[in-house]
Amino acid sequence: MSNPASTTHTPGVLPTGTEVLIEAVGLRKTFGDFVAVDGIDVQVHRGEAFGFLGPNGAGKSSTMRMIGCVSPVSGGSLRILGMDPALDGARIRARLGVVPQQDSLDGELTVRDNLYVYGRYFGIPRAECRRMATELLEFANLTDRADSLVDPLSGGMKRRLTIARALINSPEILLLDEPTTGLDPQARHVLWDRLFRLKRSGVTLVLTTHYMDEAEQLCDRLVVMDKGRIAAEGSPRSLIEQWSTREVLELRFDEDDLSPHARRVEGIGERVEVLPDRLLLYVDDGEAAGRAVHERGVRPLSSLVRRSTLEDVFLRLTGRSLVD
Amino acid sequence: MDPTLVAVRERPRPPLRVLEYFLVLLRRTFRGTIFTGFLSPLLYLVALGYGLGSLVDRGQGLDGVPYVQFIAPGILVATAMQIGVFDASYPVLGAIRWDRQYHAMLATPVGVRDVVTGHIAGITLRSLLSAVVFLVVAYALRAVPSWTGVLSLVAVLLVTVAYATPMFAIAARAQTDVSFTLVFRLGVIPMFLFSGTFFPVSQLPTAIQPIAYVIPLWHGSSLARDATLGTLSWGMDLLHVGYLLLWCVLGGWLATRTLRRRMVV
Amino acid sequence: MSLAAVVVERNVVTYRRQWIAFLTGFLEPVFYLFSLGLGLGALIGDITLPGGQVVSYPQYVAPAMLAMAAMNGAVFDATYNMFFKLKHAHTFDAMLATPIGPRDIALGEMAWSLVRSGIYVTGFLLISLAMGLVRSWWALLAVPAATLIGFVFSGLGMAATSWVRNYVDFDYIQMALVPLTLLSATFFPIEAYPAQVRWLVELSPLYHGVVIERGLMLGDVGPGLLVHAAVLVVVGSIALWVARRRLAHLLLK
Ligand SMILES: Nc1ncnc2c1ncn2[C@@H]1O[C@H](COP(=O)(O)OP(=O)(O)O)[C@@H](O)[C@H]1O
Ligand SMILES: [Mg+2]
Repeated sequence: MSNPASTTHTPGVLPTGTEVLIEAVGLRKTFGDFVAVDGIDVQVHRGEAFGFLGPNGAGKSSTMRMIGCVSPVSGGSLRILGMDPALDGARIRARLGVVPQQDSLDGELTVRDNLYVYGRYFGIPRAECRRMATELLEFANLTDRADSLVDPLSGGMKRRLTIARALINSPEILLLDEPTTGLDPQARHVLWDRLFRLKRSGVTLVLTTHYMDEAEQLCDRLVVMDKGRIAAEGSPRSLIEQWSTREVLELRFDEDDLSPHARRVEGIGERVEVLPDRLLLYVDDGEAAGRAVHERGVRPLSSLVRRSTLEDVFLRLTGRSLVD
Repeated sequence: MDPTLVAVRERPRPPLRVLEYFLVLLRRTFRGTIFTGFLSPLLYLVALGYGLGSLVDRGQGLDGVPYVQFIAPGILVATAMQIGVFDASYPVLGAIRWDRQYHAMLATPVGVRDVVTGHIAGITLRSLLSAVVFLVVAYALRAVPSWTGVLSLVAVLLVTVAYATPMFAIAARAQTDVSFTLVFRLGVIPMFLFSGTFFPVSQLPTAIQPIAYVIPLWHGSSLARDATLGTLSWGMDLLHVGYLLLWCVLGGWLATRTLRRRMVV
Repeated sequence: MSLAAVVVERNVVTYRRQWIAFLTGFLEPVFYLFSLGLGLGALIGDITLPGGQVVSYPQYVAPAMLAMAAMNGAVFDATYNMFFKLKHAHTFDAMLATPIGPRDIALGEMAWSLVRSGIYVTGFLLISLAMGLVRSWWALLAVPAATLIGFVFSGLGMAATSWVRNYVDFDYIQMALVPLTLLSATFFPIEAYPAQVRWLVELSPLYHGVVIERGLMLGDVGPGLLVHAAVLVVVGSIALWVARRRLAHLLLK
């Protein structure tokens, strides 16, 4: 048994989709005149993995901080675990696990003490804190670094420790704000594996990301966020089905102005997107579209057929790419 | 159920949980504590008390009080001030900006008021610990002549909190640590040198004496000196206590308010 | 030397933004002069120098505080700031990727320390002069003599910093500075010590600096001062040599 969360949450007792743990209606966050979150409606159910996908500045962290009860709601309503953050902040926080965008590990303490002290903030008895710390070190694969200070750890280790720390109170909801941003691909996969395990054990995951592959990997359901608003909602697959085509034909050119080419391939697929270095043709059959392009005398430097992703959904919805 | 009832039953109370963190930290940084809290003040006591004292005591001295006995309480509370100011400066800004410990705390059931109370309590405990050791040595050196000297710990406690809380507020507003250098060099050092630690304020030019009277450290050293010399008097010393308490209360309020503004956005 | 000058220039550029820290670093010895020198001095009366000369207590303390200004000016940069550049800002790593070598760095950093220390000392001398605490034309040599003090402490500071692992280790440096400040015949004469421990005081470089400055500012000058100066030169040279080697070891591994 390497996952402590499973001791308190028995999967399957409550079928996914019944109980609403987080409910936001017209939720707003303003900083002075600036509107960071502009009236969003969200429902998160017990046991699901729910995502906010959006570029930098979309308002994801602002939303997560309101859900984490560390940032007051500016407008609309928010209920978490049936309670109001304004009145019951401490009681809600007692049942949440939070992985903030920026690590808040204590550089002056060892890895183990970071877990222990954090557990004490919840009022968990000392012996229980120590036991949980040992278990969570195992879970985060940090047992051999237990007595090291935090500073020399790699980015991926720090992130795993932060996640482990967030689990010390066996939370019902785990909030993860950009859990893998800044990590190398290998570290990301290790982290995803841990999050899968948590999800299987019944923890409700709420995460933000600006990586479409992360959203596709981890989320049962997600909202696409842009400029403080929700642009679309659904499962990764349904979003792609709704907002994109089955395949995408990418054409690369070694030229500055691609608009003449765009005009010439017009009509081959449903849509053409012009990016700085390539054209995207949204089509059902990429191979066929490739032949059609060739027949019209367009000669790209290279061409590639791929499946549609959430990146394409975002591009369709906002006219911009996720990662700039 | 009434949420306040729930809060009352929680054990330990949230400020104590934060305090516990600072105790864990203290274990790690104990060496530094030994020096700033104890060795350094002891060095001042011995070097100035005896070395410089040999010059001071040639004349009429300070109303017949040997110089070492005069400065012992002064150094005692001046150290409390230094610990109060220093521990509420870099560590507070660090817990907001660099290591972000406060962010971690506030993501748990711990609240802003608990953070302030717990941190100030941690600083005070460290200060008292140093003071007790210093006092024991000062007794052994006969630098404290009266048994009422134990009561000087009250002055240590009040001075620590009276300085730590306003400094906490400054640090909770600060974007960088540049202002700290100013506070130390233009605030702490002058107060250390001119508020009754090394010589009676009556030696200052008459025009600037009133400034000394508003400085908490002067009240602290006067109170501690009355305790160590066994010259406590109800009227004056209660006044000192009251004035220091005022700073503690106002400082505590300001610190909580400032931290809330900084963290809860 | 021209490359070392670039290192100095870098410091000047950064200090343009940190002038408050620069300016206020100068104040500590001034405050001590007013507090212990003037405030407490009124209770102390006059001091008889070994040469038989009788001076007021502020006159006695001022040269010591000038020496302390020289030491502080040099030590700030050679310790905390040096460590920051070494460990956090990676300033030196960036420099070493250019034609600048460890020798230039050590010399440049030291030159900068001396500049800072020299500015502090000059300011302090002017204040002492205005307060009537200077009794001899020999005081004109007080600033050049203070460069020796700056030289020693800059070298010692850099050498010590090269062994520092983290900020907590600075407690050790602080632990050395407080006794130096208090015990180097700064506030009371070496004669106040029992004869058996006076040699301990003579181990303090600051003590030799204080004796030189006191001699110059109070006009109590003799060939003995050259011996004190020689001690500072020797200690400083050894320290600089160690610092340079340690820097090369740390930066070029
Ligand atoms: N404390 C704050 N004060 C002012 N503006 C803020 C603050 N926090 C966030 N913002 C602004 O709100 C917008 C949304 O930020 P954020 O929620 O962090 O977005 P995301 O997490 O999606 O990148 C950004 O434009 C950001 O600059
Ligand atoms: Mg964010």
